[in-house]
Amino acid sequence: MSAILSIEGLTVGLPKGADRPHALSRVTLELRAGEILCVVGESGSGKSMTASAILRLLPPNVAIEAGRILFEGKDLAAATEAEMRAIRGAGIAMIFQEPMTALNPLRTIGDQIGEMFRIHTDLGRAETDKRALALLEDVHIPDPKLAMRAYPHELSGGQRQRAMIAMALALSPRVLIADEPTTALDVTTQAQILALIRDLQRRLGTAVLFITHDFGVVAEIADRVAVMQHGILVEQGEAAEVLQRPQHAYTQALIAAVPPLTAPPPRAFSSEAILRLEGVSKTYRNGGFFGRGKRVTRAVRDVSLVLPRGGTLGIVGESGSGKSTLARCIMHLVKPDAGVIRLGDTDLASLSPAQLRASAKRIQMVFQDPYGSLNPRRRAGELVAQGPMVHGMARGPAMARARELFALVGLDPAAIDRFPHEFSGGQRQRIGIARALALDPEVLVADEPVSALDVSVQAQVLKLLAELRARLGLSIVLITHDLRVAVQVCDLVAVMKDGEVVEHGPIGRVFEAPEHEYTRSLLASVPGRDFALAKGAAPLSRV
Amino acid sequence: MKRFLRDYARSPAAVVGLLLLILVIGMAGTADWFFPRDPLALAGRPLQWPGANPRFWLGTDNSGRDIAAQIFHGARIALLIGLVATSIAVGIGIGIGAVAGYYGGIVDDVLMRVTEAFQTLPNFLLLLVLVSVFGSEMSTVVVAIGVVSWPAPARLTRAEFLSLRSREFVEACRTLGMRDRQIIFREILPNALPPVIVYASVVMAVAILLESALAFLRLSDPNVASWGNLIGLGRDVLRVQWYVSAIPGVAILLTVLAVSLVGQGLNDALNPRLKGR
Amino acid sequence: MRILSLAGRRLAASLPSLLIILIGVFLLLQLAPGDTVDALLAQMGGGGDAATTAELRRFYGLDVSVPVQLGNYLWRLVRLDLGFSAIYGKPVSTVILERLPATLLLMSASLSFAFFFGLLFGVIAARRVNGWQDSVISTLGLLFYATPSFWFGLMAIVLFSVHLQWLPAGGMESIGEGFTGFTRVMDIASHFVLPTLTLGLIFLAIYLRIMRASMLEVLTLDFVRTARAKGLDETRIITRHVLRNAMLPMVTLIGLQAGTMLGGSVVVESVFSLPGLGRLAYEAVVQRDLNTLLGIVFISALLVIAVNFLVDLLYARLDPRIAREGS
Repeated sequence: MSAILSIEGLTVGLPKGADRPHALSRVTLELRAGEILCVVGESGSGKSMTASAILRLLPPNVAIEAGRILFEGKDLAAATEAEMRAIRGAGIAMIFQEPMTALNPLRTIGDQIGEMFRIHTDLGRAETDKRALALLEDVHIPDPKLAMRAYPHELSGGQRQRAMIAMALALSPRVLIADEPTTALDVTTQAQILALIRDLQRRLGTAVLFITHDFGVVAEIADRVAVMQHGILVEQGEAAEVLQRPQHAYTQALIAAVPPLTAPPPRAFSSEAILRLEGVSKTYRNGGFFGRGKRVTRAVRDVSLVLPRGGTLGIVGESGSGKSTLARCIMHLVKPDAGVIRLGDTDLASLSPAQLRASAKRIQMVFQDPYGSLNPRRRAGELVAQGPMVHGMARGPAMARARELFALVGLDPAAIDRFPHEFSGGQRQRIGIARALALDPEVLVADEPVSALDVSVQAQVLKLLAELRARLGLSIVLITHDLRVAVQVCDLVAVMKDGEVVEHGPIGRVFEAPEHEYTRSLLASVPGRDFALAKGAAPLSRV
Repeated sequence: MKRFLRDYARSPAAVVGLLLLILVIGMAGTADWFFPRDPLALAGRPLQWPGANPRFWLGTDNSGRDIAAQIFHGARIALLIGLVATSIAVGIGIGIGAVAGYYGGIVDDVLMRVTEAFQTLPNFLLLLVLVSVFGSEMSTVVVAIGVVSWPAPARLTRAEFLSLRSREFVEACRTLGMRDRQIIFREILPNALPPVIVYASVVMAVAILLESALAFLRLSDPNVASWGNLIGLGRDVLRVQWYVSAIPGVAILLTVLAVSLVGQGLNDALNPRLKGR
Repeated sequence: MRILSLAGRRLAASLPSLLIILIGVFLLLQLAPGDTVDALLAQMGGGGDAATTAELRRFYGLDVSVPVQLGNYLWRLVRLDLGFSAIYGKPVSTVILERLPATLLLMSASLSFAFFFGLLFGVIAARRVNGWQDSVISTLGLLFYATPSFWFGLMAIVLFSVHLQWLPAGGMESIGEGFTGFTRVMDIASHFVLPTLTLGLIFLAIYLRIMRASMLEVLTLDFVRTARAKGLDETRIITRHVLRNAMLPMVTLIGLQAGTMLGGSVVVESVFSLPGLGRLAYEAVVQRDLNTLLGIVFISALLVIAVNFLVDLLYARLDPRIAREGS
């Protein structure tokens, strides 16, 4: 097979003051006709920069310094702006990570797809509309006629990404660049979109350059793989070859960090319940001035669950399933409409505000966003010492405690004087864990604690949680959208959909013999499932 | 701090603004030294053009008072009005905005209705009503300007609080068992403050303009050397001796410009992300 | 239809604000030294015996307690009766109606002027960001913003009316010339040029600044990158994708500042001796005509609410996300 697009010695410079001089150095890469080439790397690896460089859509102050980008015999690195415009969309099309923001919110889907024809062809209006409709049918959007007239906000994330794909394929480009097109989507939607891209690619013979951070996705879709680290291409080859026999140490580390999908042998834990939810419900009512225009969202419906002392309960669900609202109900950040939440023998709803504040010691939370969960204006040590100080400890002992906790979560105790922005994402998540542990809680509620982290860092943080659980005898509620995360640390799992728990039980049983249809589809949707299964049982929970 | 100063000094406009502001402050500080006499007392023959008499290098107005003295002493009034009225407006605004934004719900609804009411009523009209009810002494005028200027900072503070209160670090404080008061003032407010402080420069500019307009209409305190008073006075001789109105107008323009430029410079230095815009 | 019902709901939501204003200002005016009757007597040359004073108080409904007066006042407002102006010797509504056209004309002219040029200059500045066009426009914007409007008006009179004699210095139209039809329209237009510029200048500065900032903000959004990846050229990216999105904050600002603009007309109408609502407010304050002042407060609030209603309609037309909300 011949190369459609070949990148030769591409070097892209970063502006002065960046953490490295080059975003890309001497990258050489070939995209062959009719293949899917996955470019894999963690954040900052330069994988997205490669995609932008091909279409010459680099951010200001970032420029191609050396190398060639050959497409149909033309060097794009040296092409004029007008030549580039003729190629963008028609010869090489692109889809982006965020379907929420990648479409103009003020124009209809049909109009935005039609624009492709208006830019690059002389087709009349009727023909344009006809083709746009046909494209929407091609990407299996439900009710294509309605979708033509819909505005982006009226479609779901998956539908929007379908519309983006329809738009990108409008002029049958020879190359499609997909920049993390499924990262922002739920796992079941991701599986559908991946299948769609694969299917269209086979049918149309488009060559696809697929940017991703997820080796699961690579295993699912790639013909060939290129691995990038710090702007350098470290390894490339056939997908099966790279996945089975990675050569470079970085590739090996990335593949090792892909979580396996089989549950480890069950652990022993007490049968006494530390946290008990009975019929918890929460409904949101929006708007409704003068009783009109009310929207009712039943975020959590009649959820009853039990967390045994020393156990870990995973709550798994896609976005909008109500799992985060449930976590906030447990923490009393949100007041449930109905139901009882018992911590040990105490019904939390029966407590006065002062008692509730005092009971905060017993149950603590780790948050999702390592950037947003730490007050940027306080020093790391203070953030950890705050809890004990609120509950009456003097500043001196509280700071000493913070130092101990820093050591416990694997941070340098000397770093307590630094501000949050001086830490990496993974380190910040450790600060968040230290803060939660500062009050010696019995229960830890972790809301998506690793979903904002790179895959190698995810593994480290999960390992830390498992270790702490063993050392401190913690009971944990772990909220996650990612089955692969749940299976590594949980003893019990509850699957939520539309505010309800559709299935719950020991994790091994739920994973091996799922009873509910939805659980089965969730499991089937995990990207690279076969590859993950082949990797064997999780090593983590044996700690 | 050093870095902040360096960021600030990078913009020439911000430096010009700061120099202008220092000049106005300097005029206010040295007014008594250069012009020890009462600026509103008769100084010489009325309506002498600037430069015509070396004693009055900015000329005299229609009552024979020294314009230069009024400009120097007027700088004090302008700065005083700007600072006091702005402190009142921003103080009320932060208080109301913080409570409305943090608690939301009915508290927010009620406070926002009141804020909307204040914004629906033209602020200058309200100022007229206040002055006609409470009189036009300088202290009354300053308080009245502060009272009509709080809705915008309140809205801004509220918007900041609304976005910050659902941030995870605030939720974290609540799970630690912190009291509301502590969360509002010690955790959220420091994060919400920078845009409000920057906006204070806008409030200050508007306050100075409001007082000068009021003085121009002769509804402000006639017993102080306010620039607006002088413009109003000069209106009677506008057709020929237009300099009587022109000079204090330039003083107001430069002062307001200085305040705005400093505000913009602060904004750019505080939000490095927006640099180059 | 959806849009209308949405805007209607917003309109209904402004009723409490209106009530707060009326009650607040009514009670505030109770604190004023002297009432309408005092002002009237003062105008008539003082004096007046106790019986006449009591008679007059009864006539103006001032002989009952404050809450009853307030209740009476609100009830009269419902019937669109604004009371009687002792100074003008006419019903307040008549006085206000006579003055309304000049203010409406001034406001709409200034708003159009500020909106159009603010948009234009904002777009030019954003497209040439950090270039010389941007520097000139931004500097002018800052200067306009810092200029006291009444002073600008006075200087414009000196230059254009006194020295160049191009435009009239004040009034709404030339009196005694007997212009009709087109000549009259042109005559009125020439009288409004300077007031419009004077009032609109500061808003021009505000709009161009927000338009520039908002254009630059929108240009960094993802869908602009999508548009580039489609092969659109820069001009069409601006006209077809950026402009409408960037206009939204500016449209919001018009509603928020309608009150400020009306307040500004008080000063501008005084400078140019325009017989408008603002000048009436000034006269009412000077002559302590509290009934008229209260009437002006009411009408001004209604005007601001009306402008906001129109802005809501416009916004909902521009942004499909709003029209869907709550339907």
